[in-house]
Amino acid sequence: MESHVWVNCAVALLVLAALAAAWRLRRNVLWREAGRELWRRRPFALAIVGLYTLFALLDSVSWVDAAGAGVREPRSLLVRAFPADFQEASYSAPLADVEFYGGEPLTHPGAHWLGTDILGRDVFLQALRGARVALLVGGLTSLIAIPLALLFGVAAGYRGGWVDDVVVFVISILFAMPGLLLLIALIMALGRGPVQVCVALGVTGWVSFARLARGETLKLRELDYVQAARALGVSELRIVLRHVVPNLMHLVVITFVLTFSGLVLSEAVLSWLGLGIDGSWGQMIDQARDELSRDPIIWWNLTAASAALFGLILAVNLVGDAVRDVLDPRTLRERA
Amino acid sequence: MLAYLVRRIAWGFATVLGVLLFLFLLFFMLATPDDIARRAVGEKAPQTVLDQWKANHGYDKPRMWNPESPADTMLFDHFRRMLTFDFGRSDADDTPISQRLRDGSGPSLAFTVPLFVLGLALGVGLSLFVAFFRDTYIDRATTVIAVLMMSVSTLLYIIGVQFLLGKLLRWFPISGFDPSPEVILRFLALPVIVGLLAGVGSDLRFYRTVFIEETSRDYVRTARAKGCGEGRIMTHHVLRNSLIPILTGVVMAIPFLFTGSLLLESFFGIPGLGAMTVDAINANDFSTLRVMVYIGSLLFIVGQIATDFSYTLADPRVRLG
Repeated sequence: MESHVWVNCAVALLVLAALAAAWRLRRNVLWREAGRELWRRRPFALAIVGLYTLFALLDSVSWVDAAGAGVREPRSLLVRAFPADFQEASYSAPLADVEFYGGEPLTHPGAHWLGTDILGRDVFLQALRGARVALLVGGLTSLIAIPLALLFGVAAGYRGGWVDDVVVFVISILFAMPGLLLLIALIMALGRGPVQVCVALGVTGWVSFARLARGETLKLRELDYVQAARALGVSELRIVLRHVVPNLMHLVVITFVLTFSGLVLSEAVLSWLGLGIDGSWGQMIDQARDELSRDPIIWWNLTAASAALFGLILAVNLVGDAVRDVLDPRTLRERA
Repeated sequence: MLAYLVRRIAWGFATVLGVLLFLFLLFFMLATPDDIARRAVGEKAPQTVLDQWKANHGYDKPRMWNPESPADTMLFDHFRRMLTFDFGRSDADDTPISQRLRDGSGPSLAFTVPLFVLGLALGVGLSLFVAFFRDTYIDRATTVIAVLMMSVSTLLYIIGVQFLLGKLLRWFPISGFDPSPEVILRFLALPVIVGLLAGVGSDLRFYRTVFIEETSRDYVRTARAKGCGEGRIMTHHVLRNSLIPILTGVVMAIPFLFTGSLLLESFFGIPGLGAMTVDAINANDFSTLRVMVYIGSLLFIVGQIATDFSYTLADPRVRLG
């Protein structure tokens, strides 16, 4: 099977898993309350994040046209929303009728809202497609880092002894290495590509959450209901899964949202170092460095990518603060 | 105290050994010497050229186990050379790495020290000011601006400042470096401004939280009750008692002044260690990258120990043991 089919299946699976998780959480009154409070506090930011997610999903589902009908490479739903040959020869200004250099008439005059880039691709479409890369970086990295952190953090905190020593030692090793350098070293050793970048971000990113999860597990382990479960003879694995991990879930959600923006911004830095993911906003910004030194300058590529990046990061930052306020028991007590 | 120091240093040394092992796994096992050589001489180079390059750069020994002489392996060499600070030569251009470290730390310090001092003063000063006006429009507006500034990529700050102040207004040279005292400030202005812009948002939020938490304590109420002015409370009571969380960040940051900043240095043409690292990345220079990660972790561990000891100076209640 071809790669885009796998991607389609993975996306469908992820959406189903996310819906199932949301359905489970809705049945719990505390989570439902928290969700309602979050929506009450940050409706716009949530809507913007939702919009970006929608574009990312639309760009993730793709298929190849039947033989003889148009392009022979997979095109996503998002790309199909635009005309099939939405392509010029090179740069054109926003809403222009002619090419930027030379003044040849465009094939789609006035249709490129944000102009076209050096290869003649529509900048508006490219900026929308960047959402997929951003969510891939944030989402896939979290899918790698959070289970890893939970596994090691909970194991260390709950079992103690040599398990704890080993985990703490590994954490302090990874923590000692400077983050960006470790990231770069990992990508250079693993090779370049989207999955490699996410794995590298995951390896550097799981450490701080593992520390948090370990500390929280140490506290939870001593609580009365855990002791009671142990006295009743509940198996260790069941105690961890039923009584410890569910009580870490609010930290999982908080960490996921708060680290998300940092991950997307790191990808932009990596793009600039030539280690990023194709099609990201970071790469668009990186290209724009040369365009600003042209005369007259090409500003739309940089502006579109920066605005798209800024919009997502700002919305996620705002949602993140609200999520922390809503889910953190300490601030809940202050509100009461 | 002495027992604590010994224990701390022993743990630090163990961590250094762990870092070295991790680097070995990453750069000798995950990326094999063949991979490294192939990136240096090209994908299609014949095996003899590959072997020649490996022999020249010390990648031709057995990796972990040499039955004839157990000490003559890459694993042993890696540990021995790193621990004795004998870093050897760069994979890319054969210059001695320790020489480049010495040359690079000067420009790095010239750039990071002003940035660090100004950033700290700006962060702490602004957040004291904001905490003084807590729950007013000044406070709320500043917090919103801080979130806005945090959401902008550093890349955009660099491009924007370079374009606005360097190209349009022509106040400062766009990039470059000259260590002579008359002109060095002109070259450092833009990178320092960008560094301040990129850092002030999160600094402000962090220090503001610290100060606000401190202003809700009982001793502040007592000071207010005995008629102490708000300004004096801020500088004499709140600031002093907030030193511990401030110190954690500050002492931790000092060692990293030597390694500079990857992004800003290479963008603004400062020939420091950050720019050197970026060059190493672009040239697939694994030996330099290895050394930089090692130096970075060494500095981090030193910083951690120094932070613990700085607590005893700032807070007489803290006893290490």
